[in-house]
Amino acid sequence: MSGEEFVPLSLTPLLIGTFAAIACALPGNFLVLRKQALIGDAISHVVLPGIVVAFLLTGAISTWPMMLGAAGAAVVAVVMIEAIRRLGQIEPGAAMGVVFTTMFAGGVLLLEQTDTSTVHLDVEHALYGNLESLIWLDAVGWSSLLDITALAGLPPELSRIALALIGVTLFIWLFWRPLKISTFDEGFARTIGIRTGAVGMALVITAAIAAVAAFDAVGSIIVIAMFICPPAAARMMTNRLEAQIAWSVVFASLSAIAGYVLAGYGPLWLGGADAVSAAGMIATMSGLILACAALWGPCRTRAGAPSTA
Amino acid sequence: MLWDALTLQLGYNATLVAVGATLLGVSAGVTGTFLFLRKRALVSDAISHATLPGVCLAFMVLVAFGGDGRNLPGLLAGSAVSAWVGLLCMNWLTRNTRLAEDAAIGAILSVFFGLGIVLLTVIQTMGVGRQAGLEGFLLGSTAGMLWADALIIAAGGAATLLLVLIIRRPMTMVAFDPEYAAARGLPVHRIDLAMMGLVMAVTVVGLKIVGLILIVALLIIPPVTARFWTERSDRVVLLAGLAGGLAGYLGAALSASAPNLPTGPIIVLVSFGFFALSLLFAPVRGVLAAVLQHLKFQRRVHIRQGLLALAQGQKIYEPLTLRLLTRAGLVRADGVATEAGKARAAKALRDEKRWEVVRADQAHEATAALYDGLRDIETVLTHDQIIEIDRQIGGPQGVPT
Amino acid sequence: MLELAADKGVSVAESGVDDSPLAIRGMTVSYGQKPAVFSVDMTVQPGAMTAIIGPNGAGKSTLLKAALGIVSPLSGQVTVFGAPLEQQRARIAYVPQRASVDWDFPTRVIDVVLMGLSRQLGLLGRIRARHMARALDCLHRVGMRDFADRQIGQLSGGQQQRVFLARALAQEADLYLLDEPFAGVDAATEKAIIAVLKSLKEAGKTVVVVHHDLATVTDYFDHVFLINTRKVAEGPVAEAFTAETLQAAYGGRLATAQIDQISRALG
Repeated sequence: MSGEEFVPLSLTPLLIGTFAAIACALPGNFLVLRKQALIGDAISHVVLPGIVVAFLLTGAISTWPMMLGAAGAAVVAVVMIEAIRRLGQIEPGAAMGVVFTTMFAGGVLLLEQTDTSTVHLDVEHALYGNLESLIWLDAVGWSSLLDITALAGLPPELSRIALALIGVTLFIWLFWRPLKISTFDEGFARTIGIRTGAVGMALVITAAIAAVAAFDAVGSIIVIAMFICPPAAARMMTNRLEAQIAWSVVFASLSAIAGYVLAGYGPLWLGGADAVSAAGMIATMSGLILACAALWGPCRTRAGAPSTA
Repeated sequence: MLWDALTLQLGYNATLVAVGATLLGVSAGVTGTFLFLRKRALVSDAISHATLPGVCLAFMVLVAFGGDGRNLPGLLAGSAVSAWVGLLCMNWLTRNTRLAEDAAIGAILSVFFGLGIVLLTVIQTMGVGRQAGLEGFLLGSTAGMLWADALIIAAGGAATLLLVLIIRRPMTMVAFDPEYAAARGLPVHRIDLAMMGLVMAVTVVGLKIVGLILIVALLIIPPVTARFWTERSDRVVLLAGLAGGLAGYLGAALSASAPNLPTGPIIVLVSFGFFALSLLFAPVRGVLAAVLQHLKFQRRVHIRQGLLALAQGQKIYEPLTLRLLTRAGLVRADGVATEAGKARAAKALRDEKRWEVVRADQAHEATAALYDGLRDIETVLTHDQIIEIDRQIGGPQGVPT
Repeated sequence: MLELAADKGVSVAESGVDDSPLAIRGMTVSYGQKPAVFSVDMTVQPGAMTAIIGPNGAGKSTLLKAALGIVSPLSGQVTVFGAPLEQQRARIAYVPQRASVDWDFPTRVIDVVLMGLSRQLGLLGRIRARHMARALDCLHRVGMRDFADRQIGQLSGGQQQRVFLARALAQEADLYLLDEPFAGVDAATEKAIIAVLKSLKEAGKTVVVVHHDLATVTDYFDHVFLINTRKVAEGPVAEAFTAETLQAAYGGRLATAQIDQISRALG
């Protein structure tokens, strides 16, 4: 394919998909290790009510209030889950189920109650985003990458997700040791003075930021799939955390690129006429990668740890 | 209007929906209880999301054979098959790899759902005119519910309830203590699968009314609500059925009483209302009761500890202890014990010594196990036994028992 | 008459509180509505090896965890070398009971030992050759040098216990707290661990161990702390580890024959 076609139509969706996948996979590694994988699921469900509330308050589809609303909803959800878990002495899975389904239901209800027919806000969009439409109309070819006026026409989603990716990476780099130690051995972490509660909350908020930024561009399916599938597959490739993180980044990028390409060109190769959902295809690819890792990964089974009973 | 809805006088369709939702609520609540007691509540999330590819494939098959793509039994059969495949994949992942269950749940739900969305877009491009109904399975759509649909929901719900009734004992045992159940010779793995199968049945039945995202709420919230009110598993099942049925009925009625109130979300919100009330106000397990009890307990501990310190002439460091003692009139503002305080302190110290004797004596083993630092010795020993112990301790007599 | 802690009153509370490696005052910890530890005072002697003993469920581990701030007490104060716990974190090393760790975590033995250096390394400090050398030396001291590259879950229970001891050694603390280090380990591990603990004592460090096996108390330790929800006795082994205190701590739960055996061993 020539640069004239690739750069305006495919480069930006590819980059956005890949950045979103990595931004979610990075905190996902720790969530999976902490057995909190479904926090990602919960966050991505409550983004909808957050966005709807922000829309109701501002009366317009503008990005920053909506992202704030979504992030706020994520924090509210996490606090509610924790409160219900502790106050009601309910296992975390059930507490999560209570909170995110209720908030999602609230979001759908609000959406039905308000007139959003004039604006682009609906459940389907929230679920699977619209990666294919994030094109770079000002580009004419590879040379546009050096053209300031063309660069100004980049879709704003790209800079937002890039910013989120940088933020997530910084957080993990900066708090690498506390994150690692408190995930592995919480009691020890506290004895050396790590505030494990704060570390856990910071991780969840980082994940929420990644989810909201990614959600904005690619919908909630990719978000859930990327929180869990690449880290889970990576865990089965290695017994070192550093290597696991690296694998998860590779798997996340691979899913994003392969998924986008297959969604765009797969149907054409099969003789079809139209592309299929890129978000769905990216999630499917991450599942295939996970399946391969589960079947053949060198570290796929549990270590022969003696039972601690 | 709401009254009309509650008494089923809003017309044929509203009545159908209300009856269907009630039945669905009861069977979801009852089935979900076993899942909740097994601490696998969110497995339902994976199962429900895994129905989507099946619905789409069934639609494509139906259309390919020239049938009506919206044939409900066909679509439900497809959703059941793909949910079952998802369930088997999830089980395989947790049993054969190092993945924990939560990661397996998340992987299955996102991947199957992603695949479903891909198929949905394929259907949209197939150019078949009547695909519009499929999106309804995401959030449920009761607008065009037919008599035949309601029959399927009723029959499915009733069959599920019947099955639950038959295998409730083994399911309770597996949920309570899987290892013991295995030792008793129960096929734990198969009972687990049966439990999941029932959850799957409820999910499939509920797709039409509440949709695949919100059915999870009906499987989780009523059992959690019921758990606040009782410590007996059979009653949790009954109460969960009741809470679910009531939420289904009220939700359906509410949604029929005004425009723009989608059935599924309203049912979920009503259900959550019941949950919130239980969380706050349930006796014993409710937040209010627990807070009061904890405060009372903390006061007892501090006063007892303070009295012991007074009796031994130790300084009291804890500000809270001092405050409580002062308020009870046992200590003056400057930290010196009052007469009442001295008497209570002497009694507390003597009781401690009595307990020490009890706990060192093999003959009192059962009594000694009750010791927790707070229990009054009079509540576990007779007057004569206490006198006997006092004789062993010696020292000044006449401390009131 | 039994000479029990409660009788000593003031003298116990005031002896050596100021600079004791670990001083606990009025500690009550409760899980739910039943206190696991009730109004306990403890004063650890510097440079000694102290065993915390008591029957199952007597609050031994709970006391240690509350002293370290891992569980929060209902009441009570803790000082470490005369200062509040938070200021003295660097001087404490803790070896947890093995059950509390994620054995499936993607980490190697050497990474676990390096965690012991994290206070010195800070957030972003690079691991340099000297850190690596020290971690390997600690592994060597517990006889686990050859296992440095194994994933932590692939070791046997005793080997895992030794790795956690190595991590504590890497912390170069002054006060070592160990929670049931000998529970369910092989004889070789037990010997290796006790040798390391004794070398710590010789180096002037203070060691506190939650201990289960009454038969080895006199061999391993010089101080004991007997607890059964309340403190029963505290002091040098010869004074505080007697048939009477054991009877008081274990009550009917310890067979008379066992107590006889122990008191004979004590002479």
